[in-house]
Amino acid sequence: MRYTGVGCRVSGVGAVLLALCGSCAKSTTPDSRPPTPARVLRVCADPNNLPYSNEKQQGFENAIASLIARDLNARVAYTWWPQRRGFVRQTLRRGDCDVIMGIPSNFEQALPTQSYYRSTYVFVSRFDRHLGITSFDDPRLKKLKVGVQMIGNDHVNSPPAHALAKRGIIDNVAGYTVYGDYRSQAPGRDIVDAVATGAVDIAVVWGPQAGYFARQEKVSLEIVPVSPQIDLPFLPFVFDISMGVRRGDNALRDQLDQEIEKRRTDIERILDQYGVPRV
Amino acid sequence: MKVGAIFAIILVCAGCNQQTPGKKSFPFLQRYSANPSEKSDLVKLEGEDGQWIMPAKNYASTRFSGLNQIDAGNVKNLKVAWTFSTGSDRGEEAAPIVVNNTMYIVTPFPNTLYALDLTQPGAPAKWSYKPKDLNNSAKGVACCDWVNRGCVYANGKIFFNTLDGKTAAVNAQTGDEVWVAQVADINRGESITMAPLVVKNKVLVGDSGGEFGVRGSLTALDSETGKQVWKAYSTGPDKDCLIGPNFHPFYDSDKGQDLGVKTWPPDGWKIGGGTTWGWTSYDPALDLVYYGTGNPGPWNPEQRPGDNKWTCGMFARRPDTGEAVWAYQWSPHDLYDHDGINELVLLDLPINGQVRKVLVRPERNGYVYVLDRVTGQVLSANPFAFITTSTGVDLKTGRLKPVPEKAPGFGRVTRMICPPAPGAKDWEPSAYSPVTKLLYIPHANLCEDSEGVQANYIAGTPYVGSNVKMYAGPGGHRGEFDAWDPVAGKKIWSIKENFPVWSGAVATAGNVVFYGTMEGWFKAIDARSGQLLWQFKCGSGIIGQPVTFLGPDGKQYVSILSGVGGWAGAIVAGQLDPHDGTAALGFVNAMSDLPKATTKGGMLYTFALP
Repeated sequence: MRYTGVGCRVSGVGAVLLALCGSCAKSTTPDSRPPTPARVLRVCADPNNLPYSNEKQQGFENAIASLIARDLNARVAYTWWPQRRGFVRQTLRRGDCDVIMGIPSNFEQALPTQSYYRSTYVFVSRFDRHLGITSFDDPRLKKLKVGVQMIGNDHVNSPPAHALAKRGIIDNVAGYTVYGDYRSQAPGRDIVDAVATGAVDIAVVWGPQAGYFARQEKVSLEIVPVSPQIDLPFLPFVFDISMGVRRGDNALRDQLDQEIEKRRTDIERILDQYGVPRV
Repeated sequence: MKVGAIFAIILVCAGCNQQTPGKKSFPFLQRYSANPSEKSDLVKLEGEDGQWIMPAKNYASTRFSGLNQIDAGNVKNLKVAWTFSTGSDRGEEAAPIVVNNTMYIVTPFPNTLYALDLTQPGAPAKWSYKPKDLNNSAKGVACCDWVNRGCVYANGKIFFNTLDGKTAAVNAQTGDEVWVAQVADINRGESITMAPLVVKNKVLVGDSGGEFGVRGSLTALDSETGKQVWKAYSTGPDKDCLIGPNFHPFYDSDKGQDLGVKTWPPDGWKIGGGTTWGWTSYDPALDLVYYGTGNPGPWNPEQRPGDNKWTCGMFARRPDTGEAVWAYQWSPHDLYDHDGINELVLLDLPINGQVRKVLVRPERNGYVYVLDRVTGQVLSANPFAFITTSTGVDLKTGRLKPVPEKAPGFGRVTRMICPPAPGAKDWEPSAYSPVTKLLYIPHANLCEDSEGVQANYIAGTPYVGSNVKMYAGPGGHRGEFDAWDPVAGKKIWSIKENFPVWSGAVATAGNVVFYGTMEGWFKAIDARSGQLLWQFKCGSGIIGQPVTFLGPDGKQYVSILSGVGGWAGAIVAGQLDPHDGTAALGFVNAMSDLPKATTKGGMLYTFALP
């Protein structure tokens, strides 16, 4: 169950996704159906958080929003807000928008639609290293330089950060905040860059970011879903992702659910274009 | 004139060893000797009780005023003199300051600076200064509401910080911008909420944002140009922390080379936290500035074995160079988000029969520390709040004695963690009266449970964390206002408040102490007995800092900003869901009834006797 980025090698049994490469990832379709639709699909999104969204609407969440809006004979109106602590409160709950394109399906702060993809944290390493690490229990992780995404509130962190600490993998770990440098065109990319440049031997990264950024590196990177999928008793590495509406907005949720059903193939295509690993 | 007499006593100036005959003096205030290198007029101005030139009133951070027109006998007659709307609906944590018959207030983000003309009836605005080119993403980055803790006057200029990481100097007369300096980088998660302190023509600025992997630092800017003079990091190699040959910490565990690196896993210090968003004090005689450092973040405790220096501690530094003279950690290897940034009150107190130069610190971890401010030795540390997370401070080693069973951890259920993340006391500053010799401490009475797992999502990344819920500590009340004897190390009296007390305090020579509650009551308390003498219901909950001053008419006034918000009040200012107890990092669980008790909206109230 692994695939690679730039090199386009799909290897392993039951590769979860099709890595379309080359001309991928920059494909937003402008919403151009005349005349101007009467309805507005109000979306709150981060203005600078590829591969999900940015102000130029180059992210896969932008593409999926446009796709659904077309079906609803709506145009997309964005409220841009950094997806930090308080994002849902400052946007969706304040009524500035009606939908957030990506939330975990068990997220309590919003009403989720059905899941439209399920991704996983992945190990990212240079293909030319042939590490083939698939599990947090691989003893080599105690020696290699390991990059991991950090969140930063007390006792709250990315699942791999917890998993590594639990196994005593501490001294050889380099932390990369998920926020990155917001001036950059892709604030979350630095951890994948670190693998490409050799600053770390291997990194544990949330799938969509790993898949998308790996394709942009000059060297071929290998992306392998982590195992186990759940560190017992309850540390999951695989998450279902839904769209989120305000709690109580069941009508919009139902409509989006129908759209997700109807457009499943198109959504899969978009996710493939962006290299989003799914399980 | 009565006021003038007190005035002269308190006046802390070069060579003011002479005492006004027949009047009680406050010896602790006279420790300032003439410092020939002190070019600023601040040492003189901070002693003038007619004015209030910095949020802490003076460099010693006593928040004590020698004014006594308003006293315990007549305070019951206090009436509103005038009000001013800030136009903001965010938490108003700032202290208004008063210089040359002008009051200056900074609003929450977008951090407008207002100058109010005290010579005119109703104190209308003379001018306002709106910082330009604000980065709106600051609103998304700031951890706990969009607060600002105030501005400071020096050398004809008003200095204040903006949430998006800048320090501004504005002409105090005209409101014209003198300079703006970018100190913190909002793109890297750094923001600024603290009030700067000006020492020897240097503006000292600290940062916020420990939860974003910010590496904390204190920056000194030239007050005339805004150019950086020095920057001292809270983590990392000695050279970055400005630790050199003159660094002499008191305790062995603080001695050694590059401890800001060695007390972390390799490279952990690079995103190690230790931000400096609280209070700074200065002793002109010793020529030392004192300030605290925030918690180690964003690592889990399991990922950062070691003391994680110099987080959750404090530094004594030379203002000219930033060079560290000593350091101490309140909470080595912090587990609870107990940012060590609270106020440091500089006093000269008799300790075991000997007058010592001390600093008094009511600390988040629940102890009032008395430290020798020359050496950094802990002289005493006594609990002022209910504590389950530690059993005391070892005075031999200076180390906090933690209770391992109360260590929260991912996937572990830990109940009755007291004090919780905001601490027994957060940023809200206490006041010290040299008349009663008591420290007046506004604080919280809260505990928290950490249990289960909550799925969350940030910057496109799903994550998990403990479900934290705070609630009232023993007694069921959530706040207290205490009078504390720092020499005896014990509580003299305590007022219970329903909500956490999130406002600062002021003590006066009239033996009155002022503070506000989150319901909006502004209260005057008898400084000796703790008896409630007067109260007024302001429009919104109070989380600001009271000040007192003389108007151009020679009358004493008291001012307070009302406007609920901040971390504790985020449920109102940020319209959080009362049903989501884990919001605001679990604080909402303890505050779900606040929206019934108050509504938001910033308003300055000024009171006077008829």
